[in-house]
Amino acid sequence: MTDDPDGRDEGSREGDKRDDEVRGARRIPGPRAAADDFDPDRFTPPPKAADDFDPDRFAPPPKAVPVTQEHDAGPPASKLPHRVLKALLGAWALTACSAAETDAVEAHLTECAPCADEALRLRDAVGLLHTDRSLDLDPMLRSRVLENCLSRRPAKIPVPEWASPYDAETARLDALLRDIGDSEWHAPVRLKWFEGERGVNRKTTVAGVIGHLMTVDGLVSTALGLDDPLAESVPDAPRRGSGLPLAPTHRTETYWSAARRPPTRTVREPWRDQSHTLIRTVSFAGRGVSDLSVSYGDFALPLQDALLDRAFECWVHAGDIAEAVDYPYEPPSAAHLHRMIDLAARLLPAALAERRRAGLAGPARHLVTAGSPGRSLHLEVEGSGGGNWYIALDSPAALGSPDHTVAQVALDGVEFCQLVAGHVPPVEAAAGQRGDRDAIRDVLFAAASLSRL
Amino acid sequence: MQQRLARGEAAALGELYDRFASLVHSQASRMLDDESAADLVTREVFGYVWENPDAYDPKQGSMRAWVARLTHRESVQRLRRTAAKRTDDEYDGRGDDDGDDAAGFAPADLEERVRLATAAARADYIVASMPAPLRAALELAYIQRRDYRQTATDLGVTEDEARRRLRLGLQLLSTAHTRPLEGSSPPGYGRPL
Repeated sequence: MTDDPDGRDEGSREGDKRDDEVRGARRIPGPRAAADDFDPDRFTPPPKAADDFDPDRFAPPPKAVPVTQEHDAGPPASKLPHRVLKALLGAWALTACSAAETDAVEAHLTECAPCADEALRLRDAVGLLHTDRSLDLDPMLRSRVLENCLSRRPAKIPVPEWASPYDAETARLDALLRDIGDSEWHAPVRLKWFEGERGVNRKTTVAGVIGHLMTVDGLVSTALGLDDPLAESVPDAPRRGSGLPLAPTHRTETYWSAARRPPTRTVREPWRDQSHTLIRTVSFAGRGVSDLSVSYGDFALPLQDALLDRAFECWVHAGDIAEAVDYPYEPPSAAHLHRMIDLAARLLPAALAERRRAGLAGPARHLVTAGSPGRSLHLEVEGSGGGNWYIALDSPAALGSPDHTVAQVALDGVEFCQLVAGHVPPVEAAAGQRGDRDAIRDVLFAAASLSRL
Repeated sequence: MQQRLARGEAAALGELYDRFASLVHSQASRMLDDESAADLVTREVFGYVWENPDAYDPKQGSMRAWVARLTHRESVQRLRRTAAKRTDDEYDGRGDDDGDDAAGFAPADLEERVRLATAAARADYIVASMPAPLRAALELAYIQRRDYRQTATDLGVTEDEARRRLRLGLQLLSTAHTRPLEGSSPPGYGRPL
């Protein structure tokens, strides 16, 4: 028996909550009504009452009199009347009656053909139940199946290449959420990130994390002119346009504090609907939309980077949730991981400059004219999604260059992402380091500073 | 959804997968008892829906029921193909006229297997789509091994009601044996998968 009927979603969408099968099942020749309506208080069974509700299924009455007499000496339970026994058949088939009731039912079955017939049917039905959960779907199956479909019939309205990491990561998280139970939505989750020189954290629940993702994804919705999900939680707020905070942390705190009750699994649907709407909207918007500016309050990203950032955060928080409910969770596909690492690498020079302005990183050593190659750190990322990046050290305007490398850092792709997510302290991050130690330290701290709530 | 698929919207295909993949995959796994075969059935079913969105007729039932029928059809075909291949292999490629009777996969065995697989898949589908109160009662009694009195307490209903739900749930489930999926599939679903 799976606990994922999927019908919850389906029912409401199709407007057809009870599928045709269940409707069809009413065709079972109906022994139900009388037995089901059985009222123990009123019950003083006339000997032939049983025949009344089920005339067409009843075999000629068994030789009840001698049998009853025979059982007079038996346990009291055997005196239960036919309709009580009949109502017990389901529980009996599931071995969910008391011993006395079981004996009574079984004695009855030897003398009542219709009950014996039903008992057999229900016993067989129990054989169709099973306890093993259906195996979790291989999360990578989705991309294989969709790819196969699209090779058989190309899409007229494709999902843009740059939106595919967001599509894949939201789908993976959704599959995890489908598999967790009601109580697990309230499992505590400690969100970790990095501020200034140290790691910080904030406690919430699984449902709280989904609310956080939904609220920050709402920045992209807002940029595309869609409804802001935060407007739902803040009274009198406009659904579109200005008025609501943009900074992700501020948005999240506003969302959390506006909730009268702790969030529950009901947050899954609006979160998922929003991500589906975003993917659909960018598919229809076409090529030009990829550079649309998405404001995060004190900085902005072009839409394609913003969705990549959201895919990254979706994965990171899915990992937090998986850890909280003790599920395995894999990193993204190599191609998507590569893009996420690339985004972080592109954001590093600006993050470094910001730390420098705040006095948290060493001074620029050698300024060059904008667009010229400058002092660089070689970031060598190994394993899945890996590659080589050259981070300009002295100015975001300079170009990173292999010919101007003053330091090298080597680390695993997932490890690098954990650093960028603020889950690994910068001092513990790099497996291999060579060259200018200050440059290495500044870059690793800048990488950690890309993290936020 | 059907119109969006017909329009060639890749985003709709993704949503379709998110909605039905676990249904398709678990039903195929139950029927074929083979994970990688279930992966292939999943691929074929979604490929078929994507290529033939117009084959779905809303008048015949929900899209979910249609997808379940397609899954059943594809799984049965896979069972038959596997059996046929096994027979061929045993005959080392020669003759397939009277091969069925002699060795390997007797047709009766295959039909029995198809019948059992169909009932199993159908049972899962019935459990998944039955009213939630009935499903909850069955789960308590079968998986948690609660007796009907405990089930009543857990669900906050009378003992009568608990007995009623268990019996009704099993009655629904027992139709898995008598109403095969293929029997309920109306003609006109386009070319076979």
